[in-house]
Amino acid sequence: MAVPKIKTDAAEARIAALQVPEGGGWITAARGDALSRLRAIGLPGRRDEYWKYTQPDSLIAPEAIRAAVFENDEGPMFADIDRLKVVFVDGVFDADASDDLAQAGLEIERLETAGQADIHWAKDLYGVLESHGQTPVQRPLAALNTGFARDGVIIRATGKAVKPVNLVYLHESDSSDAILHHCIKLEKGADLTILENGPAAARFNKVMEVDIAEGAAFHHVRTQGRDHERRAVTHVFARLGAESTFKSFTVTVNGMLTRNECVIELTGDDAIAHVAGAVVGDGDFLHDDTVFITHDAQRCESRQVFKKVLRNGATGVFQGKILVKKDAQKTDGYQISQALLLDEDAQFYAKPELEIYADDVICSHGSTSGAIDDEALFYLRSRGIPESEAQDLLVLAFLAEAIEEIEDSAIANDILARLEGWLGRRRR
Amino acid sequence: MLEINNLHVKLEEEDKVILKGVTLSVGAGEVHAIMGPNGSGKSTLSYVLSGRDGYEVTEGTASLLGENILEMEPEERAAAGLFLAFQYPVEIPGVGNMTFLRTALNAQRKARGEDEMSAADFLKLIRAKAKDLKIDADMLKRPVNMGFSGGEKKRNEILQMAMLEPKMCILDETDSGLDVDAMKLVADGVNALRSEGRSFLVITHYQRLLDHIVPDVVHIMADGRIVKTGGADLALEVEKNGYTDLLNEVA
Repeated sequence: MAVPKIKTDAAEARIAALQVPEGGGWITAARGDALSRLRAIGLPGRRDEYWKYTQPDSLIAPEAIRAAVFENDEGPMFADIDRLKVVFVDGVFDADASDDLAQAGLEIERLETAGQADIHWAKDLYGVLESHGQTPVQRPLAALNTGFARDGVIIRATGKAVKPVNLVYLHESDSSDAILHHCIKLEKGADLTILENGPAAARFNKVMEVDIAEGAAFHHVRTQGRDHERRAVTHVFARLGAESTFKSFTVTVNGMLTRNECVIELTGDDAIAHVAGAVVGDGDFLHDDTVFITHDAQRCESRQVFKKVLRNGATGVFQGKILVKKDAQKTDGYQISQALLLDEDAQFYAKPELEIYADDVICSHGSTSGAIDDEALFYLRSRGIPESEAQDLLVLAFLAEAIEEIEDSAIANDILARLEGWLGRRRR
Repeated sequence: MLEINNLHVKLEEEDKVILKGVTLSVGAGEVHAIMGPNGSGKSTLSYVLSGRDGYEVTEGTASLLGENILEMEPEERAAAGLFLAFQYPVEIPGVGNMTFLRTALNAQRKARGEDEMSAADFLKLIRAKAKDLKIDADMLKRPVNMGFSGGEKKRNEILQMAMLEPKMCILDETDSGLDVDAMKLVADGVNALRSEGRSFLVITHYQRLLDHIVPDVVHIMADGRIVKTGGADLALEVEKNGYTDLLNEVA
């Protein structure tokens, strides 16, 4: 099928505004391939089925729309956790603010450094999972990222990492347009936690490719915090080997536009993939979770839990797919997406999809959207709890099911406490 | 304590009049019972007094310790000392019972300009009160009323009452769905709270609860009005002869 001209024109316009970074042989080849992919498919348009509920215009435009930096007076996220900090300001690595990468206790380097080499092990990962993830659904903004990302981190974990790696994204310029690309390889039996936080830039395009070998475990907790005007499109591509684990949780508060895509392929038997998210949106806010999980091995488990609280015209989108291939017997797939609409202006679009070719599987999905339970609200108020506080209690209770997906209880409690603070702050 | 005068109430959404002039006066330290057949307006009275949405007061007044409560939000009525033990306590997934009670207690204290209770004091207090009502630690930890049996839910209502120490307690069919032992436990809990400064309005369909919580005054309600008022023996009369005889006699 011919690609509409408007899409290829959009891709050319965007490409013209960017410059392919200098680099060694391996990365130049990978970037070249990505550009070819992008040119062939074009950038998403308003008529793309996959972008039906989220207008891609501001994400694909050659120039980022300005976003005033939000003055956040809260303490840094994950501050109480012993972690290795890697800081990017508007997408540019900040050595002074970052911890010494040599002290990490695992192989970690910057993409920019790795890209200078003629050959690097990351050639088997950089753009590889992204490219693979382009079928059956195209993800042009991820190809764009592979083509133009200057920096990011390249990590290889061989055992249990001594501490989590915390990728911190600071936003300091109103017109920043950041592209970062991370590659993470977990060798057999490795165990690694990645924490991500911060608004990153006026516009942020991020890709994270995660290759998880047999028996390895990858944990990912991300907070897309309070910065009202920022826009972001992110992709996680993960490939799971036998008996490996992938667990990812994202909390999003504020931000004008967020599209988080998560593309997971279960390629080894008995692997487990959990993806969850909690969202609080108020006003000019659109949040889109797009998940595609492919079961291509036996007895794997996948679980998607997404909760969104929306008010004042905020919009939530969920597109979640479970694809079970013919030989993926004994698959256990679960998916739930729920929205709590606090007023009549809030909107939630949900598109759950199951496509199953194996005959011995358990797959279930559900999606609900509703208002605050009046009975519960009255019960709380009748005990003396003021209406707004009672509402916050019910909102937190609604989000709790998603937050329970975070394995580390200290992190879960921290996120819950912050959510409580954010809700309380809105009240005043 | 509680003064209700010529209270008329209709449903907000439809033209259905439920209360047609209820007049009632509960003095400090008194226990009043309201009995009546189904649909007489007993539960509506409890909801209107506690401030539930969906009802419109068309005439009459209700005051607690001299303050008009009909103009107050439900949380303000609670802070003023009103407590409704629900006929059907609401299950609230995700909100822990302890969190709920502590938030409620401190919100009321704050509304009254008092200091909040510390976490340690609260814990000590709730453990003692829960023990009296045979509520175990697990029930306190669980989300509000989730997975509770009928009897556990009612005991949880009494626990809330004991913690919040209201001045005016309304019990809406607290005996419904309880076996004899559970009813005894609930009644003991209520009796332990009886004091000079605390009044009770016990709404019940059957007389048996009043064997355990002995009222000072019994009102019979029918078709939105109090049709007869008497002592504790009036409840026995209902039990013996049923409502039909009694209502015929009034008519």
